[in-house]
Amino acid sequence: MSILVNKDSKVIVQGITGSAGLFHATQCREYGTQVVGGVTPGKGGTDVDGFPVFDTVEDARRITGANTSLIFVPAAFAMDSMIEAIDAGVELVICITEGVPTLDMVKVKKYMEGKDVTLIGPNCPGVMTPGEAKVGIMPGYIHTPGNVGIISRSGTLTYEAVWQLSELGIGQSTSVGIGGDPIIGSTFIDVLKLFNKDKDTEAVILIGEIGGSAEEEAAAYIKENVDKPVVAFIAGSTAPKGKRMGHAGAIISGSSGSAADKVAALEDAGVRVCPSPAEMGETLKEAIS
Amino acid sequence: MNIHEYQAKELLSKYGVATPMGKVASHEDEAEQIAKDLDSEKFVVKAQIHAGGRGKGGGVKLANMLDEVKRLASEILGMNLVTHQTGPEGKLVSKVLVEEASNIATELYLGMVIDRATEKIVIMASQEGGMEIEEVARTNPEKILKEYVDPTVGLLPYQCRRIAYFLGLKGKTVNKAVKFIIGLYTAFTENDCSLAEINPLILTNDGDVYALDAKMNFDDNALFRHPDIEKMHDPAEEDPTELEAKKWGISYVKLDGNIGCLVNGAGLAMSTMDIIKHHGAEPANFLDVGGGATADQVLQALKMILSDPNVKAIFINIFGGIMKCDTIAEGVISAAKEVGIEVPLIVRLEGTNVELGRKLLSESGLNIITGSDMRDAAAKAVEAAK
Repeated sequence: MSILVNKDSKVIVQGITGSAGLFHATQCREYGTQVVGGVTPGKGGTDVDGFPVFDTVEDARRITGANTSLIFVPAAFAMDSMIEAIDAGVELVICITEGVPTLDMVKVKKYMEGKDVTLIGPNCPGVMTPGEAKVGIMPGYIHTPGNVGIISRSGTLTYEAVWQLSELGIGQSTSVGIGGDPIIGSTFIDVLKLFNKDKDTEAVILIGEIGGSAEEEAAAYIKENVDKPVVAFIAGSTAPKGKRMGHAGAIISGSSGSAADKVAALEDAGVRVCPSPAEMGETLKEAIS
Repeated sequence: MNIHEYQAKELLSKYGVATPMGKVASHEDEAEQIAKDLDSEKFVVKAQIHAGGRGKGGGVKLANMLDEVKRLASEILGMNLVTHQTGPEGKLVSKVLVEEASNIATELYLGMVIDRATEKIVIMASQEGGMEIEEVARTNPEKILKEYVDPTVGLLPYQCRRIAYFLGLKGKTVNKAVKFIIGLYTAFTENDCSLAEINPLILTNDGDVYALDAKMNFDDNALFRHPDIEKMHDPAEEDPTELEAKKWGISYVKLDGNIGCLVNGAGLAMSTMDIIKHHGAEPANFLDVGGGATADQVLQALKMILSDPNVKAIFINIFGGIMKCDTIAEGVISAAKEVGIEVPLIVRLEGTNVELGRKLLSESGLNIITGSDMRDAAAKAVEAAK
């Protein structure tokens, strides 16, 4: 088993005729993911590299039976695309797009309330269940099927963790990049709940970073609800205050959002926090042995 | 993106937010003329820099008569203003705001931010005007009222009245405060603010409310739909290299160490800094070249790193997802040809097209130290920078 995506996931790509959309649709298909088509308004009825293109998500879903959408549209259109997918009844919406205005996400989150849909991202690498489905932009070959779940606010740091695990012969159940923006579709807690229920996930790596309080909230949740071993790394212990570190959400504002606070909260919840990003794999290995 | 107080006040007054009468000047004569045109007996001359704490640093002065305005303006213009937010190097003042002085009965606080935990805009109000809200939140949290705005209906008048009553306002002043708060909220949402802070918000002896100070920050991600806001950007307030980086779509933050970092992805870029520190050295910068960087962006990023004279080694740490390793390799090779890299270059590549990237680098004839993984590369970078 796994969470969110598997070999039965049927994926459409919104923005499939753009260069990033097409490149990654092709990469996902090569990995073995069922990429059943794409959406680009005005190009419905055409075909791009073997992918049928539809004008609307509704058409794509009705004709292909897709249950998952992967979004690559420019930031200015991301809110529209996310809500179009939600309205079309797509169960899992994964938005890769970077640079989505925060107030757009405030609206999207409000719009999603009470609806049976999961949004991952934006500004994220996507979701990967090794050996079954790659729905995102991560390099497929570094992953190995197995029993460690990964949740991360960072893209490349997720790959780093996966790579360290695979080098140690430890496979992953599912790897979820939740995104680096201040407001995101699914939080650490949303994904922790799924991993906690998943029989095939035996341990979890949580990768956080400075800014906000999502790690502290996750720590409180873990303390109360999670018995599986959790290992964490928090990026940005050397970041200066008040400076945005690339991600819109990675900023220490005033006295809140520092790495030290997050590390303390996680350790208090019984989480093993790695002092160095090079030790994520080894620390997880210790935690499960 | 941040703007100056005078710009924030100009913008807010368009939304019905009451501000003291005044104008910005970049010369003492201009300042005097502005004061002459104001219908007031006393004036305030305020340095326009982005940092807070201007008053304590000597950047805000009261003129008890018109004659003093010119002298005070000439003192403040051109001064190097040091506050707790500028750092010890201070900030050169090139503009002053000349305003009528207000008769202040009470100083209050009003602020708006996007609250990440509740995913809503939150309005914070307090009677502790003039103090930093974080300090109040730490010492007297009960003295702060928080009103959360439901995005479906927006800020409602009853919420503004609650704020007004909490602030101790009475009678017609309540209506003035409601108009003020609605105006601030409208300015916030229409312009994609990330923060709007009125500290202090003042109540005058005549029962009026004014924004004595105004601070507004904007969501960089939303600037594409606010060209008028983007025009307010003052490049003098930013580090020139950080500004140059932005033009190229690169996130760069200058730090004090001697190991230059070129990384893709913000999380990995922060971790690269962290691991350098973990190995006993200091990073010279944060640099995220972006998810889909081109060879040209890599070239520009290397130029930025090399422009820092403190850099004794460069650590390139790439894990390719969107970014292909061969793209990085091409950028490094063309940078070496164009600018010449005299300091040791430590490269760690992994991810999409990694074999092609490694091949390009090894066939380039460049003197490159290869790291097998992050720890190995970090250790080699720290050693090379010694």
